[in-house]
Amino acid sequence: MPEQEQQRKNAATSREDFEQEDATPGASGEQGVHLKAELDDLLDEIDEVLESNAEEFVKSYVQKGGE
Amino acid sequence: MSVDKILGLETEYGIVHRGVPDPDPISASALLINAYLDQVSAASRGPNAPRPGWDFVSESPDHDARGFITADGRAPAIEMHMVNAVLTNGARYYVDHAHPEMSSPECADALSAVLYDQAADHIMVASMEAAKEVLPEGQELVVYKNNSDGKGNSYGCHENYLVDRAVPFEQVVLHATTHFVSRQIFTGAGKVGCEMPGSSRRQVPFQITQRADFFEEPVGLETTLKRPIINTRDEPHADPLRYRRLHVIVGDANLCQVATFLKLGTTTLVLAMVEEGMLEQGVRFADPVRALQQVSFDLTLRQPLLLDDGSSATALSLQWSYYEKAVKYLERFGSKKVGGATAELVMERWLQVLTALEQSEHSPLIGVVDWVTKQHLLTAYQERKALSAGDIRLAAVDLQYHDLRPDRSLFARLGAETLVDERQVAAAMEKPPKETRAYFRGRCLEKWPDQVVAANWDSLVFETGQTNLQRIPMMEPTRGTEKHVGSILDQCATVIELLDHLKASDPV
Repeated sequence: MPEQEQQRKNAATSREDFEQEDATPGASGEQGVHLKAELDDLLDEIDEVLESNAEEFVKSYVQKGGE
Repeated sequence: MSVDKILGLETEYGIVHRGVPDPDPISASALLINAYLDQVSAASRGPNAPRPGWDFVSESPDHDARGFITADGRAPAIEMHMVNAVLTNGARYYVDHAHPEMSSPECADALSAVLYDQAADHIMVASMEAAKEVLPEGQELVVYKNNSDGKGNSYGCHENYLVDRAVPFEQVVLHATTHFVSRQIFTGAGKVGCEMPGSSRRQVPFQITQRADFFEEPVGLETTLKRPIINTRDEPHADPLRYRRLHVIVGDANLCQVATFLKLGTTTLVLAMVEEGMLEQGVRFADPVRALQQVSFDLTLRQPLLLDDGSSATALSLQWSYYEKAVKYLERFGSKKVGGATAELVMERWLQVLTALEQSEHSPLIGVVDWVTKQHLLTAYQERKALSAGDIRLAAVDLQYHDLRPDRSLFARLGAETLVDERQVAAAMEKPPKETRAYFRGRCLEKWPDQVVAANWDSLVFETGQTNLQRIPMMEPTRGTEKHVGSILDQCATVIELLDHLKASDPV
């Protein structure tokens, strides 16, 4: 089935291309570091942001079904 | 043959009225929307200006794509008449059941749809702020972009795609089912716990999607009971001889822009491949509903799904297969019907996300895929606070991930990747997309707000000052664009001039 083989080859090539790109430090690496810093900041202040009474908040969040 | 993949989203948001003892979600939703509409109208046209209403004349939600009409199909009109507005960006903003809902304007590609989804979220933020102005001290309306209250009640984020009527519906059902079950690995918004009868949070502490728990049938017309993976509502809002509108109810609402982009972009490509007859032989799940739930429960993405010929496949392998075929589709047919240059970006992100999921490399997916982002946040929080797996605070973090108040939203504080910028979003709150008939709708509403007396997806009704109201049909979603009618709309000073021009040239 040459068609299928060609298909897999194409996909494999494009996957390799992607992995090579990913190996060089680039946007996604920086994005990861940036998000980690954001998460640390968020965890530091999460008690100020989160609803103070978690149990009450979760229990009272009741919606009617939709659609 | 594939038709231009015009698409859109309909999002029902969760709503909480804080500071009252016995909140009523229907009046809260109405108050939210009215507060926004009053503010916008007062800013542009002075107080108490009339608003164009929605026109139900061409709605037919009880028509089934399998070719029959149900006798007990529910008409949508009665409860929705309360608040039902059409905006200058071409969207519809209304109360549906007990939720505020935004139906986006028709968009020409997935990136445009992401932009109008962001505009919808920003309109919710503006609406919450407008409501605060009119509510007594101590009261507040809060909007959540999620799909479940954690107690067995669900509300939807529906997608719509224009599909060639000539394609056998069976082919659409076959491949859309396979795609909807398997795409959950990047479309899931994540959820603490499980809402299926008889299951517990101990059995399923966290799952990939908000919605999988609520589906009971492979195919059907319902949206609120016995929800089907494939909804067969046959209501094209366009020329019914040329088009179907595939109405998709199975997806989650996403906060991550890339997740919304991929949800819409990959589905566009799968449907175009079905239309071109590239996918005739597909796989069939032995039990599609069970497969949907298996994928949602399996955070390893390794569990094989049983197929009806006795073999098995994973969600990842099914997605790789569609990805590989989409590469071929674009080589053979180009990207013209599937969003042009946007389709190339879909392919790039699809590859990136599948590769990272396959390698269990989650860090590049934070801020890109919601369930991964939420799980990461939950794990970090649980560790920081040394919480047990069943701690109620984890469920609170889950809910607050979806809170749309900028100062309270846990998602917003994570600084996720964006595909559209704030300036574009601000413009999209007021201006329609240029590439579909939404352009004509939006521009007419902006220019002649007092004379558009009713609007819906496929027509506008004008009050001209003469005896009869004039209905302008817009049965072709790819017309009425800036290219078709932009200069006519610029030239015409009055509705009568516009109607004369349209009669002479018929561009809508």
